[in-house]
Amino acid sequence: MKAMHKFGFGVLLLAGLVALAGCGSSAKKTTGAVVEDRSISRDEMNDIDGQRATTQGIRDADAAGTTMLDGESDGSLSVRTIYFEYDSSNIREEYRRVVEAHANALASRPSQVITLEGHADERGSREYNLALGERRAQAVRRQMVLLGAAAGQIRVVSFGEERPANDGSNEEAYALNRRVEIKY
Amino acid sequence: MSFNRTEVRWRERLRHPLWLLCALLALVPTADAQITIRITRSSESAQPVAVVPFAGSADLPVDLADIVAADLERSGVFKPMPVTEMPDRPSEFSAIKFEDWRRLNMDSLVIGSIATTAPDRYEISFRVVNVIQGNQIAGYRMPATAANLRHTAHRIADVVFEQLTGKKGAFATRIAYVTVDRDNGVKRYRLLVADIDGANARTLLESPQPIMSPDWAPDGERIAYVSFENRNSAIYVQDVPTGNRQVVASGEGINSSPAFSPDGRRLAMTLSRDGNPEIYVRDLDSGQLQRLTADPAIDTEASWSPDGRRLAFTSDRGGGPQIYLMDYPSGQVRRVTFDKGSYNARPRFAPDGDMLALVHQNDGGYRIAVLGLKDDSFRILSNSKLDESPSFAPNGQMILYATDGVLGTELAAVSVNGRVRQRLAVPYGEVREPAWGPFRE
Repeated sequence: MKAMHKFGFGVLLLAGLVALAGCGSSAKKTTGAVVEDRSISRDEMNDIDGQRATTQGIRDADAAGTTMLDGESDGSLSVRTIYFEYDSSNIREEYRRVVEAHANALASRPSQVITLEGHADERGSREYNLALGERRAQAVRRQMVLLGAAAGQIRVVSFGEERPANDGSNEEAYALNRRVEIKY
Repeated sequence: MSFNRTEVRWRERLRHPLWLLCALLALVPTADAQITIRITRSSESAQPVAVVPFAGSADLPVDLADIVAADLERSGVFKPMPVTEMPDRPSEFSAIKFEDWRRLNMDSLVIGSIATTAPDRYEISFRVVNVIQGNQIAGYRMPATAANLRHTAHRIADVVFEQLTGKKGAFATRIAYVTVDRDNGVKRYRLLVADIDGANARTLLESPQPIMSPDWAPDGERIAYVSFENRNSAIYVQDVPTGNRQVVASGEGINSSPAFSPDGRRLAMTLSRDGNPEIYVRDLDSGQLQRLTADPAIDTEASWSPDGRRLAFTSDRGGGPQIYLMDYPSGQVRRVTFDKGSYNARPRFAPDGDMLALVHQNDGGYRIAVLGLKDDSFRILSNSKLDESPSFAPNGQMILYATDGVLGTELAAVSVNGRVRQRLAVPYGEVREPAWGPFRE
């Protein structure tokens, strides 16, 4: 799992560079588009590489981010996705260290701001799932604040079931989709 | 967020060339996103009717009688006779040979003719005839233009439906829906509006980020929806004819579940700006925001009663999601789903105000059900695994919803009595979140 994350990070770094290189000629992306979207998003970069479950992007590739990863001995900081049980926002035991590591990182760098993206699986109604996704992200945020992060350092966004990590309609996909993504 | 800021943003948007493109796109029909409709279950008691091809229609770009017959068939209430089986094609009452039609057990006839009054201008005359009694039930004359011929055909179907069933037809209405497709692995989201038979599909919004929860204003001229184009949910109200739009809510946290009040002047919505998803009402004229719920649980998915005096909504204040009713504006709340399983969500009021359509979990699947508010009757109407987003036809006869199909989500419609079912699909990609528009005058 850990190895996969590191691998994903490298690949995405590459994808990010490719995406950046293509930025100047990416006008085709907005042709006919109604929504103004001049910058290539992290998500789209992930899409380009087909690595949607891994959640790092170009903005993580700065020197500060790299230092943080190296400074964490057990790799908890490199884990950027927390998964949840069905209809639950309880943080599972296995993710305690992950939340703690990120909370410590925030506490030691007061200028660092992160976004917690809450997600739900596709079952049930969409608007209710949007609220469930937020509840999950808020649960992680509360825990981080308890562990020393400042509330102002953590932004919460919910995508509900609208941005699945896996498009399947089975238990395996659902388990991957019930998640909070930590984005630096 | 104040409305002044919204106006400023709007002026900024107006200056942007992409915005002009948006306005242009709103006028371009996108045939590739057109929905096709397949009837999967008809009523066994469907009445025979013959819609005879209208005289003078041979040179027209659309086949009026064919559109009328298709509308009537999709209602599930009628079984139109194929043109090839008709013994005759009368267009005048005096030309009807009643004996021939009675021999074929035909109950009703629709006959008519079209006269060209000026270039691209027509006058359509049609009659609804009772074959058994041999008399005319109704006769109408309607002006039409080349541009609105399809719409006129739907209006004729509305008249026929009402004359033969006593219930108002809803064929001359529109639906809004969201499609998702992939372009080189990148998802594209579109909000479209189309006629009820899938024709005239037009894109209102296209975005690389999710679009959800379209809701029609009662005037049929505006649609509220949620768009993630700025990396968080935000509520917009867009004018359908012009494509112009306003941001109504874009604060911290969730901005979702917009629902126009029956007078069109207020918008109920779910915001978590105060830390938890609560239901608010914004007065669209004054911009004033009123908070309606105050509970640590999730409160969302508000739906107005037709008289504007109650709101149905989803809350998990009792442990799991259930349906609650709030008196508006007093704020008094009571739960309405008891002994109906562990999951009931996303209520929508029927046009008569006596019934709610909702999403109900049953046997591990999520289904569309209707709950009678007066008698606590409960009926499960759908049978797939992931049914969601129910939306009533404005005449209350059918419920449109999203369901799991072969290519992902597609749409389905079911009659409130459960006897008629249809599937609506786009040729590729997914179609979801249907919202049935109001009657059009």
